[in-house]
Amino acid sequence: MIEFFIEPWQHVFMQRAFLVVLMSGVICGVIGSHVALRGMAFIGDAVAHAVFPGIAIAFVLQTSLVVGGIVAGLITAFSIAVVSQNRRLKEDTVIGVFFAGAFGLGIVVMSTAPGYGGSLESFLFGSVLGIGNRDVVTVAVAGAVLLLVSAALHKEFVTVGLDRETARSVGLPIFWLDMALYAMVTIAIVISIQAVGNILVLALLITPAACARLLTDRIGAMMLIAPLIGAFSGLTGLYLSYAFNLAAGGLIVLTATTVFIACWVFAPRHGLLSHRRSSAAAAVVPA
Amino acid sequence: MNRPAPDAAVLQVTGVAVELAGRQVLHDVDVQVAAKEHVGLIGPNGAGKTTLLRSLLGLLPITSGVIAIDGRTPQEARGSIGYVPQRHEFVWDYPVDVRTAVMTGRTHRIGWLRRPSADDRAAVDEALERVDLVDLHRRPIGELSGGQRQRVLVARALALRPSLLLLDEPFTGLDVPTQEILTRLFRTLTSEGTAILMTTHDLPAAADTCSRLCLLNETVVADGTPEELRDPAIWLRAFGVARSEQLLHTLGVTR
Repeated sequence: MIEFFIEPWQHVFMQRAFLVVLMSGVICGVIGSHVALRGMAFIGDAVAHAVFPGIAIAFVLQTSLVVGGIVAGLITAFSIAVVSQNRRLKEDTVIGVFFAGAFGLGIVVMSTAPGYGGSLESFLFGSVLGIGNRDVVTVAVAGAVLLLVSAALHKEFVTVGLDRETARSVGLPIFWLDMALYAMVTIAIVISIQAVGNILVLALLITPAACARLLTDRIGAMMLIAPLIGAFSGLTGLYLSYAFNLAAGGLIVLTATTVFIACWVFAPRHGLLSHRRSSAAAAVVPA
Repeated sequence: MNRPAPDAAVLQVTGVAVELAGRQVLHDVDVQVAAKEHVGLIGPNGAGKTTLLRSLLGLLPITSGVIAIDGRTPQEARGSIGYVPQRHEFVWDYPVDVRTAVMTGRTHRIGWLRRPSADDRAAVDEALERVDLVDLHRRPIGELSGGQRQRVLVARALALRPSLLLLDEPFTGLDVPTQEILTRLFRTLTSEGTAILMTTHDLPAAADTCSRLCLLNETVVADGTPEELRDPAIWLRAFGVARSEQLLHTLGVTR
């Protein structure tokens, strides 16, 4: 049994993989809590797709994929925010236009590179075992910055999340706070793509936050529980992947989904069983 | 009519016009609220009540006229006015407790990268005490009743210790005991010198609480004490027979 837990750590590539999924889980848990509370899941999806052309261009130019992805994601997030100021179009419509366009651009750019099939696959589904030392450092630095900014702007994010109009009326810079949050979502997504891939990264962002929301009514606790669940899912998924030789990204997300289903059924106050019990109790009391 | 002297006015609105999407919603609006006054802004739906409040907050530009709040423009007074929006403007399933929600009223005062100071915490304590929510200060806002929610919003506004309090339909959907708690609180506040302006379409409730009523329908059509506005003749003058009967009915003057 101990063998099972210790053995993967003997490989350097596994050590890097463990570090990256741990950090991605923690970072996505914190940023994802804001995303879930603001109902921004679709924006997360858009950014996840939008980083694709940036990564494709960086791949073709042989430069840093992380930087390429972050630049492309930020450009798309800013475009969405600016274009959706036009009240004729709803924000989700604008998002739909931009993320499909960006993904199309990414595929075209990628197809100019010879032998792009393999890199496309590792981008879409993650390549956690092929992570280099420099990537680990990048994730650590970017993640630390994200957590610091998230803590620094916490009370402003809560104020705007609770009541946008009143926050605007007292002079808080709503537009720039939105931009900051979009930028943070973009960076969290880009640094997590290596762990679970482009398609599944949204799950790492949303699912642990959704679990935490079911378990607590306090945002502070949510910001601790979501990263814990994210990190746990990453580690468990990676162990299972090593033990059974199955896709790591998929197993990480499936672990998170299992935790979510467990929370949905068993959560002490907001779970299915607790609702059953309290409504059963309510039915008994008057008798 | 015992109008206050203009120099005592906390809020002075003179000849204000507002356009929304090219359509004139308000024109020639004159309203003033003095310290210790509780003024009810009454009018049918679509009369421009919320629009006027939003202009006072500096959220909407005015196309003509002057707004003075303690002698300052809405832009200059930004962040010092106590504003209580309608309850549905607030995200009640956000996972914070009552105290945190009230503290967000002071976020812009606390400033970037700072934690609440002793003064901020004292202001929040005082506001919670005023609305009688001290016992519930740790409760998640999602578990509150409608009346408790309204009191959270009032406390959040009071945490700024404002000289002018703006309330948008504070009594809508509340039971009578909660209305009475709020009415008592508003009386205490005005007796201490706060100026209150609230919108409502419930004339009987407004007549009980307000010292003066302002009837708004694109402009101010009548301005006087509740007793003066009980007289249907004012309504006939303002709107003519057919329209005033309908208004008197919706506003509850006649049943």
